[in-house]
Amino acid sequence: MTAIADTRILTGRSLRHISRSPDTIITTALMPVAFLLLFVYVLGGAIETGTGSYVTYLLPGILVITIASSVSYTAFRLFLDLQSGIFERFHSMPVSRPSVLWAHVVTSLVATFVSLAAVVAVALVMGFRSSAGLGAWLGVIGILALLTLALTWLAVIPGLTATSADGASAFAYPLILLPFVSSAFVPTESMPGPVRWFAEHQPVTAIVDSVRALLAGGSVGSDLWIALAWCVGMLAVAYAFAMAAYRRRVA
Amino acid sequence: MTARAPAIEVRDLRHSYGDLAVLKGVDLEVPRGRIVALLGSNGAGKTTLVRILSTLLRADAGVATVDGHDVAASPAEVRAAISLTGQLSAVDDILTGRENLVLVARLRRVPGPGGVADALLARFGLAEAGARRVGTYSGGMRRRLDIAMSLVGEPSVVFLDEPTTGLDPEARREAWAAVRALADGGTTVLLTTQTLDEAERLADRIAILHEGRIIVDGTLDELRALIPAPTVEYVERQPTLEEVFLAVVGGKDRS
Repeated sequence: MTAIADTRILTGRSLRHISRSPDTIITTALMPVAFLLLFVYVLGGAIETGTGSYVTYLLPGILVITIASSVSYTAFRLFLDLQSGIFERFHSMPVSRPSVLWAHVVTSLVATFVSLAAVVAVALVMGFRSSAGLGAWLGVIGILALLTLALTWLAVIPGLTATSADGASAFAYPLILLPFVSSAFVPTESMPGPVRWFAEHQPVTAIVDSVRALLAGGSVGSDLWIALAWCVGMLAVAYAFAMAAYRRRVA
Repeated sequence: MTARAPAIEVRDLRHSYGDLAVLKGVDLEVPRGRIVALLGSNGAGKTTLVRILSTLLRADAGVATVDGHDVAASPAEVRAAISLTGQLSAVDDILTGRENLVLVARLRRVPGPGGVADALLARFGLAEAGARRVGTYSGGMRRRLDIAMSLVGEPSVVFLDEPTTGLDPEARREAWAAVRALADGGTTVLLTTQTLDEAERLADRIAILHEGRIIVDGTLDELRALIPAPTVEYVERQPTLEEVFLAVVGGKDRS
């Protein structure tokens, strides 16, 4: 199909951008790794999680932060393409229009997973261990991929509507902070009432708890379904708004 | 391709941005294989007209056909027949010049994209720079690459929106030579400009867009005939500053 071929060609273009400026992958992984080091070696000693290794407890939340920081580059790259006029060139060519967006989405998935692999590698060096089997790892990859897809489509909205490059990537800051008010760093039991209620009912806790349970090789339970529902729900809403923004941008 | 239809036909085209009416009933016909300059001051609606013709914007009313296809009803056919070079050089800075051309050739499904790219690089004097990233190119080289990218797949109609804005005199001459090379190959060119000199040098026909309408449309001679015959005076012709500049910097007159 021509739309798939167009997406493949355009994805090749944006992947080449990333391979020629690998600094975006490095900076994406840098902040999560810094959090990992800070929390494990500076603050971790004072944090009581009731589990064995703190780095193993912490990693799922750090992976969520990695995804949030990675998709902000997607918004940035999209914004630059709009600014440079290359989007208009593609739109005035016999190119499937959704492909122009999908190429950025696929690129975002690839770039995010490279960053995630780098963060997991650092965690392994710091003593992260998992007893998860192949099935559980595939489950982890699936959840993270779904979350990346949802947050990428969310990133498409500021990428298409922002008026400055800073504005395009600034939307990610709340996403990066959201894991702090969840079970990612400390168990929610230690939080005061309203904060605890928020933490236990926001998506990051369900996602982090599911990933943590899968990595520990244990049973996941209802958390998994709540996590999947959040991801699919966010994906559907973000996709609808992103497509509406796209239609407003192009005739 | 419909053989006898004009390359571009516009009838009573209207467009407003909110309350601001930009095009108030534009009529224009561009014959095949000609260079037509659309002349007008800033904000006259030149870019709006080009964006409608290249399917980037929908008109509020009126009919526009390009290469025999209605821009509103069959945008896909129009896109296959045209190419657009916008005011910004829409080139990819991170890719090399050759990769930019190969990208467009692959998207247009042109057979042998590498060969097409090499031929265009040679034709636009970019063969040596082809392997370098476009980010390192000068303004004139970017424009030439931009125009070369518009030629991939040999579209029958090319839109050039202010192709020489922001270029220095030498780069402008390079761009002019590129446009003329286009028309020599039988391509129809609609270019917008606000420089009278550029319209005079390049165009077979000139259309003046003013306050939302085409007020004059004809060859340069026809346009000249609109004003009273000049009185003959003898004046010593001083070199223009542009001629001085080009002579001093040693630029070749490529136009």
